[in-house]
Amino acid sequence: MKAPSFAYAKPGSPAEAFELARRPGAKVLAGGQSLIPALNMRLSQPELLVDISGLPFRDISLEQGVLRIGALVTHSEIEKSEEIARHVPLLAEAVRHVAHPAIRNRGTLGGSIALADPAAEYPACMVALDASIVVAGAGGERLVKAQQFFKGLFEVDLAPGELVAAVEVPAQLKDQRSVFLELARRHGDYAIIGLAAYKGKSTRFVFCGAGPTPMLARRASQSSDLEEAQQLLEKDLDPPADLYNSTSTKLHLAKVLLKRAWTTLSTSP
Amino acid sequence: MDYALDITLTVNGTQVSRRVAPRQHLVDFLREELGLTGSHVGCEHGVCGACTLLVDGEIVRGCLMLAVQANGCRVETIEGLSDSGELREIQTAFHRRNALQCGFCTPGMLMAAQDLLKHHPKASREEIRLHISGNYCRCTGYQAIVDAIEEVIYGKG
Repeated sequence: MKAPSFAYAKPGSPAEAFELARRPGAKVLAGGQSLIPALNMRLSQPELLVDISGLPFRDISLEQGVLRIGALVTHSEIEKSEEIARHVPLLAEAVRHVAHPAIRNRGTLGGSIALADPAAEYPACMVALDASIVVAGAGGERLVKAQQFFKGLFEVDLAPGELVAAVEVPAQLKDQRSVFLELARRHGDYAIIGLAAYKGKSTRFVFCGAGPTPMLARRASQSSDLEEAQQLLEKDLDPPADLYNSTSTKLHLAKVLLKRAWTTLSTSP
Repeated sequence: MDYALDITLTVNGTQVSRRVAPRQHLVDFLREELGLTGSHVGCEHGVCGACTLLVDGEIVRGCLMLAVQANGCRVETIEGLSDSGELREIQTAFHRRNALQCGFCTPGMLMAAQDLLKHHPKASREEIRLHISGNYCRCTGYQAIVDAIEEVIYGKG
């Protein structure tokens, strides 16, 4: 399986990248750990790859209770970051489920968010944490709430020529709790189903692998009783079957994860 | 459609310059342009780990990186690490524990194992399993592979 033919450009500045990325047939290449397999399988046939790995989107910084994480931060860097472990423990937990070490060394946070694979971990985390996606383009930056950013299956709020530059995540406070759980056939494989759960003033249970986008289980999130919440999941979710797992199996597994998360969230820090 | 680009990179300590098509994977570049066929090509979509390489000191999938992306990088392959002796201990352990049958996954396994030894020199058996979870052995000889890595960490048991 070899990729089709395409041109390649590596812009040295964001302005140059925005200009290249808006050209017809252009595709943005970050770490390439999802795009290159798609090229190899010829699911994608771009005319131009715009390699943004030289752009200055690598910083992790805390400002006024918000952790801003650059789009080009790799999974391995997320794994090693003390700031992320301290302020966004949900992400530090989720990264352990993202593929394998050799892939984590290249794959990026922004790449995963811009692609919006429905089985991916980060989009669910972003919705659970009520994070904002920093979208950059020739006109400047705009902030989009994660819930609005993920619009459909592999569909996000990005116009041609726009890039994900960073995410802004509220730092977790002492009285808040979060947990990430996932079931997969082999460690690091795509999730059969995963759950990003957050409990602060409100509670959010967000599932990955359970629909076209990260799925916020609205009814279950508002329930104060575990058994009731598990029942409500049947109304919140209608997970599509995959090759090995039927809709009812996935729904059952979602309830199992909900129960595990419930216990963790209920335990005082 | 000639999209070819000039790249210069360091492979196993030697600087090389070539003109490559952007579509060419790094592992294909190493195998076909440089004749370094120790890195194997298995699934070609990042699942099997047979093409594991070191780029700037970190393990990567050679089939999930384009040769043009390695421009300016320092690439090391199984040939380089074998010749330098860096892998001697883990290679000996693989040999002693019979941790290879057909040998197809072995270069990738050795690269992944060495990466674990470097970053987590006291890894537990479970951590060894986690670390090599991205490398398939098509002969399914995982126990012996984990044994061999464990032997390097904890000595001959």
